[in-house]
Amino acid sequence: MEEYRLELRNVSKYFGEVKALEDINFQLGQNEIVGLLGDNGAGKSTLIKIITGYHQPTSGEIYFNGKKVDHLTVPKARALGVETVYQERALAEMQNLWRNIFLGRELCNSMGFLDIQRMRDETHRLMTQSMGFTSQAVGPDSRVGKYSGGEKQGVAIVRALFFEAEIIVLDEPTMGLSLKEAAKLISFVNSIKEAGKSAIFIDHNIFHVYDVADRVVVIDRGKVAGEFMTQNISLNDLMEKMVHVAETGSFE
Amino acid sequence: MNAESNGTAPIVTQHYKVPFSIKRFARVYSAQLGILGVFLTLFIIFIVLAPNTFLSGRIYSAFMTSIPFFALMAIPLTILVVAKEMDLSFGSIMAMGMVAFSFTYDGTAFIGNTTARVFLAIIAALLAGTMIGWLNGFIVVKFGIPSLVVTLGTQFFWRGAVLVLTSGTNFPIEYIKGTFFYPLLVGKIGGFLPMQMVWLIVVTIVGWLLLNRHKFGAHVYLTGDNINSAELMGVNTGRVRIQAFMLVGLVSAFAGIVYCFYIAYFWPNTGDGYLLSTLASVFLGGTSVFGGTGTILGTFLGAFIIGAIEAATVAIGLTGFWTQLIYGFIIVLSVIMHTYLRKRGE
Repeated sequence: MEEYRLELRNVSKYFGEVKALEDINFQLGQNEIVGLLGDNGAGKSTLIKIITGYHQPTSGEIYFNGKKVDHLTVPKARALGVETVYQERALAEMQNLWRNIFLGRELCNSMGFLDIQRMRDETHRLMTQSMGFTSQAVGPDSRVGKYSGGEKQGVAIVRALFFEAEIIVLDEPTMGLSLKEAAKLISFVNSIKEAGKSAIFIDHNIFHVYDVADRVVVIDRGKVAGEFMTQNISLNDLMEKMVHVAETGSFE
Repeated sequence: MNAESNGTAPIVTQHYKVPFSIKRFARVYSAQLGILGVFLTLFIIFIVLAPNTFLSGRIYSAFMTSIPFFALMAIPLTILVVAKEMDLSFGSIMAMGMVAFSFTYDGTAFIGNTTARVFLAIIAALLAGTMIGWLNGFIVVKFGIPSLVVTLGTQFFWRGAVLVLTSGTNFPIEYIKGTFFYPLLVGKIGGFLPMQMVWLIVVTIVGWLLLNRHKFGAHVYLTGDNINSAELMGVNTGRVRIQAFMLVGLVSAFAGIVYCFYIAYFWPNTGDGYLLSTLASVFLGGTSVFGGTGTILGTFLGAFIIGAIEAATVAIGLTGFWTQLIYGFIIVLSVIMHTYLRKRGE
């Protein structure tokens, strides 16, 4: 059997008395796009933050390519190829573009001094070639706080792309985007698939998820309520089931 | 869309360059230009109103003698405020460093060589300052208490420690005059340029390099701007903030040494009067109390504005009673200017 790119086994996360996640088993295959669906507060964001190393699970195990990883941290997860486009975008809005693109892993020499020229060059290249931003307003030295929602999202995506990404996590990436920008984002998710990489895609919009995901995992009240291959279920059936889960907490 | 995923960046043949324009330069460096404008305007006013004083070199030599005592600390304090933290304890650290200094000097009498003893004493003072800074940072980060409150407490604690350890006594440290550290730290080059000014310039350049050209400074900006984003992207914000507190401690102890060497005397209340001038220099220079923005050059100029006002008030012919009123006026006006520039800026 082929190894999973990422696997969570019996992962639970408690915040004090609150059980945010309980006994989660989750797999992400090689070159698979998994959609995560669930109501507000179902535990999607907590699950994501465990995968990215921001939260440590209270119990349970995490495997990358079949190998168990202990004490996952953000830098460790990044080294393993996890890149994230966060719901809150994780930008520093008072800083300029190149500082945001290289946030947390600035290019620098062995003494720790920054290679600013190279970061500006790379930023310019990424924004114009990869994202198709031609406006002077999104130059490497412009301040990110002045960008539109779509431009900010573009920054968060470019940042995930620049580095060796094997698993791309998209947490509510279409929130606050215009229709055109959202369509662009969907085509970006498809390009992840074509590039042979894996992705976890979280969105409120079930249409978006159904369109791009190979498999849909439904989370409810901190538990996995069920999962479906999108090719085996029609959009209408999926929606009916989602409503049923939201009301009763199970599919039966 | 091309999914670029090479771990190492492809070599870019063409550098990204924006043609130079004055408008753009003014936008990018609006904070620095703003405070430079205030600085020049004030000194022109001083020269016009008191030409005898402000056209002679002596007043500038006097400024360069006394301003570095607090301007030194304003540089690392700027870095700390950019990281959205605050330190009120640096004045007490100045004195506590000197206590470590004199204890070490007294405790190494067996060495015999005064220069060696003073050298060890200086190292001890710098270490003590750095450790107090570390403790400030540790309490702030580990217990999650606002740094304003923590350092309000440690400010009293270390001042109290100084009083207890010295029984509140003052004493001369004339012996330092026989070592080469004396001319090195507080000598005068050509009878005009005080060495403490040279040290201020050194600290300013190092501070600028750290904040603007080093990974540490990049993380300081990000931590102060949005600590949540910084943590999501893997910045160790706790470590960054503790390091910034340690810098303030280190330089405060150094400023304490420089000050006490200059007067060749130790007073247990050393540093007491510098709290507000140092803070005012930082905020006058355009560093935001909300973190994320601030410049070293602004603080440097801010310190000289603060340091010059008192002398200028008297030279112009006003009574000393006017000093604080003018302080207040200039500080409030400058902070309004900076807020306005920040909103308009790039």
